[in-house]
Amino acid sequence: MRPVQQELSDKLVVLGDAMLESTPVFDDIVVRVRPDAWRHAAEVAKDELECDYLSFISGIDWAPAPREGGEEGSSDTSAPVQPTEMTFGAAGSAGRFQVFAHVQSTRRHWGFTLKSDVDEADPRVESWVSVYPGADWHERECWEMYGFVFDGHPSLRHLYLPMAFEGHPLRKDFPLLARVVKPWPGLVDVEPMPGEPASEPTAADAAAEAGDAS
Amino acid sequence: MSTTGTPTPDLRLDPGALRHLADAQMNVELDTGDMILNLGPQHPATHGTLRLVVRLDGERVISADPVIGYMHRGYEKLSEFRTYPQITTLINRIDWLSSFANEVPFMDGAEQLMGVEAPRRATYIRTVLTELSRIATFLLFLGEMGLQVGALTPAFYGFRDREHILNLIEATTGGRFHPNFNRIGGLKDDLPWGWIAECRDAMKIVFDACDTFENLVLGNEIFAARTRGIGIVPGEVGAEYGMSGSNLRACGVDWDLRRDGRPYLAYPDIDFAVHTHPDGDSFSRYVVRLEETRESARMVLQLLDAMPSGPIMAKVPRIIKVPEGEVWVETENPLGQMGYYVVSKGATGPFRVKIRSASFSNVSILPWLLRGVYVPDVITILGSLYFILGDIDR
Repeated sequence: MRPVQQELSDKLVVLGDAMLESTPVFDDIVVRVRPDAWRHAAEVAKDELECDYLSFISGIDWAPAPREGGEEGSSDTSAPVQPTEMTFGAAGSAGRFQVFAHVQSTRRHWGFTLKSDVDEADPRVESWVSVYPGADWHERECWEMYGFVFDGHPSLRHLYLPMAFEGHPLRKDFPLLARVVKPWPGLVDVEPMPGEPASEPTAADAAAEAGDAS
Repeated sequence: MSTTGTPTPDLRLDPGALRHLADAQMNVELDTGDMILNLGPQHPATHGTLRLVVRLDGERVISADPVIGYMHRGYEKLSEFRTYPQITTLINRIDWLSSFANEVPFMDGAEQLMGVEAPRRATYIRTVLTELSRIATFLLFLGEMGLQVGALTPAFYGFRDREHILNLIEATTGGRFHPNFNRIGGLKDDLPWGWIAECRDAMKIVFDACDTFENLVLGNEIFAARTRGIGIVPGEVGAEYGMSGSNLRACGVDWDLRRDGRPYLAYPDIDFAVHTHPDGDSFSRYVVRLEETRESARMVLQLLDAMPSGPIMAKVPRIIKVPEGEVWVETENPLGQMGYYVVSKGATGPFRVKIRSASFSNVSILPWLLRGVYVPDVITILGSLYFILGDIDR
């Protein structure tokens, strides 16, 4: 971790009881704040920690990924096989949904990631638009992709998707439609690397070899 | 002609009535309120399909609402269905003018999670290619910015000189725009024979091109008149909107992730200056990019001089599984801050990838920035912000 990040880490106490947990992650610091202090945390970050720059706001769905990739070891490689139990990342989570954001300081050259839990039944988050005007588009994107409602956002409209689009594509229970329409061809077109023998000779290869020998 | 009732002049018979009608219509138009102008989705200034719904009062913009998403490909969702090596093909197509620079932070993130470090030679080659893609991107900008104010010549120079850089990238990676050359732990191949000498020659062309643009474009009175004092962004507003890269440095904010961020690639080993400009207008964005092109060329020459020998690939398992964890990586890309927040659960592919692309935030300032400007200036402002649609829509 860079010395400036260490310095920031010592200053994080100004977040007070809004901070539930903080953990260093490589060069970054992940801070989980109370859901009702989400905007307050942004104000503190901007005014007291000098984080004048908003990098991004987005969401995350910790629900296990659907097993579309088939069982482990099978030839169906349409998706990497992810663990089936729900586990949470750095600084933990109380439930399935979290909103997270990264803020930085252009003067002090430090930055950290803020996380906050979002209720699954009623996904509401305080909007950051009044603190960082650039939050506007990020929150619109997060709203359409995850269905989080940002209280205080001037106009939550679709950003990328058509106005009539239904569903929240980045939630884990939303299928990747391209894979539903047409199954992934899998390993059929994978050839062995030059100079490497094929892992298992197929019946066709054996027949060809027999033909050569005769 | 009767003055009562609705006048229905027979234009064939009375040519004077035509003028009368035109006057009447003009008066009506002066009275009307706002006019909505749809700029795009197809416009040469937009590098793709960006639509701007502009509300006009005469020639003045009252409000502008960018409509994006015409090129949304859902890379964040697709990444969850790919393995790590497969994802480089996707992220190549985010900012397609500097694809190589897109790959670097993602590889960096995966390498950090795996605890793998690319060999020094691979790091240097990565840095050279990143700077080359920056030069290629900026040369196109330096030419095209002239086009936005009606000067055709610089655009041809821009395309011509960029070709030298693209040839170098193609000679190494095999791809002009989508190199797909990075591997977790290093690079696919070493530099071809004779490449370093060719690269040195190409840098001379870059310096010459920069001088040409300085005389031809910056020294042009019309260009200065069209861009000076137009589209001014104060530094603190730019930062609040998440504007980054050369756009932010042109607002006087002295912040460059190559120098100020987590040390990455070979940047700690070389000397380079960070260029800023106090004005924050369209003109200063051109000045800063011009200086940064020269600086990049100088950096490439330094890197070529210091190029270490050795392997280009670290030892990595054949099937790449990234240990559980999460990491935030950010780099200074040609268009600004490019970042990935990668969450891994120990599988062959990521659990979640948040792609933070520079143009998205650079463009989100448009509703604020375009308020009150004149219609022709909208084009110069769009051109000077320099965004790639793939980088907005992802």
